[in-house]
Amino acid sequence: MSTLSVNHLLGIKYLNKNDLNIIFETADHFKGVINRPIKKVPSLRDITIANLFFENSTRTKLSFEIAEKRLSADVLNFSASQSSVKKGETLIDTVNNILSMKVDMIVMRHPNAGAAHFLHQHVNATIINAGDGSHEHPTQALLDSYSIREKLGSVNGKKVVIIGDILHSRVALSNIYALKLLGAKVMVCGPQSLIPKYISDLGVLVENDLIKALNWCDVANMLRVQNERMEISYFPSVREYSQQYGLTKPILDSLNKDIIIMHPGPINRGVEITSEIADSKNAIILDQVENGVAIRMAIIYLLASKIKS
Amino acid sequence: MSKKVLLNNKEVNIILHRLACQLIEIHTDFSNTILVGLQPRGKYLANRLKDLLITDYKIKNVQIGFLDITFYRDDFRRSDKVLKPSSNQMEFIVEGKKVVFIDDVLFTGRSIRAALTAIQSYGRPISIELLILIDRRFSRHLPIQPDYRGRQVDAIEHEKVIVNWKESVGKDEVYLIKQEL
Repeated sequence: MSTLSVNHLLGIKYLNKNDLNIIFETADHFKGVINRPIKKVPSLRDITIANLFFENSTRTKLSFEIAEKRLSADVLNFSASQSSVKKGETLIDTVNNILSMKVDMIVMRHPNAGAAHFLHQHVNATIINAGDGSHEHPTQALLDSYSIREKLGSVNGKKVVIIGDILHSRVALSNIYALKLLGAKVMVCGPQSLIPKYISDLGVLVENDLIKALNWCDVANMLRVQNERMEISYFPSVREYSQQYGLTKPILDSLNKDIIIMHPGPINRGVEITSEIADSKNAIILDQVENGVAIRMAIIYLLASKIKS
Repeated sequence: MSKKVLLNNKEVNIILHRLACQLIEIHTDFSNTILVGLQPRGKYLANRLKDLLITDYKIKNVQIGFLDITFYRDDFRRSDKVLKPSSNQMEFIVEGKKVVFIDDVLFTGRSIRAALTAIQSYGRPISIELLILIDRRFSRHLPIQPDYRGRQVDAIEHEKVIVNWKESVGKDEVYLIKQEL
């Protein structure tokens, strides 16, 4: 099989292992394309894609936009803060108005979990979820697993710990699904107040001690504390969080092995990781950003191939 | 379904030598020439010609690349077949170079059109030529003709030309398959 089992990318939950491998193999080719002197291919010249961002984003939005442009698609950018959403328009009305302009594909980020799923049930276009609340962020998980595969040769059997605010993180959930599908061993680590109650049901280990988690893993994926999603206080202070769960050079040096450090961004330097770690040779944060473009090109290309002309 | 052999092992070998000699006639020492095999099937022919040029005709400097044209094709979303890319190995810039595209069968000409667009990603070549083992005339959709051809074949739409190589199936052979209507 060389085609995806789905027509939309709503979450990793709906993909199978074969889908992930197809996406990675296609991304390998696109990584070659974006490193050529001319980084553009004409495949999607008759496809129009709308990027709907109902929540702030820098990296994901730019990454999607450049991926679409590298594939020669026409691109519409929409951000909720400058739109009629502020005047009370519903999501379906907004999207249907955009679709009337003959748009084939929607890339959407939304603060509410399930927004992409809801949209795919009500509108006739290919939907890509670019993050829905604290639910899923499938393209981030794909680029994270792709980066591990690139660095370590394979994801199967590798030990990956996700450290930080697991409770509010869509990156954590999507990563758990993707890593488990690919055969990795997954652990989550953070203060108990930021670990969801039944997370072990997903087949992941739970650890509250940072040093133990780091000594166990091959890869540490550091997450930001999502203050914007917190209505109550989950830990006494940022300083205390940083002392307990912040990754510093002395901690990294004290480990008995070399580990890979990942971060989906944006980084709060000095909170979850220090600048020294973020800029060290162990960190592959900028590789993740480059791989993000190749992965998004692959997903858009594979889903667009299912839109009949 | 019937199968007719168009070229046997010996005939393929003779044609390869002739094509190599024709290339030498135009490109002499190949110092400013790059052979580009079109993926996936042009790779075998390109490699074979490169080996002949080096071993039998003592050409020292044969540069070769393999170009994948999948993302440049004009039938994306137009057929049920999924377009699967092959590996792309172009380790050089073609700016100011003489490029020779190499493929096994020239049919509609659409792959060559895609290759003409794809090669632009690597610079502006001074010239582009086309070398083909089998030229299926009367089936072109575009005004594209080869500069070097192994054998011209009159095949109609429902007939299929199959090129087998030692490297992939154990022997060199070209045959025509006729499907019953």
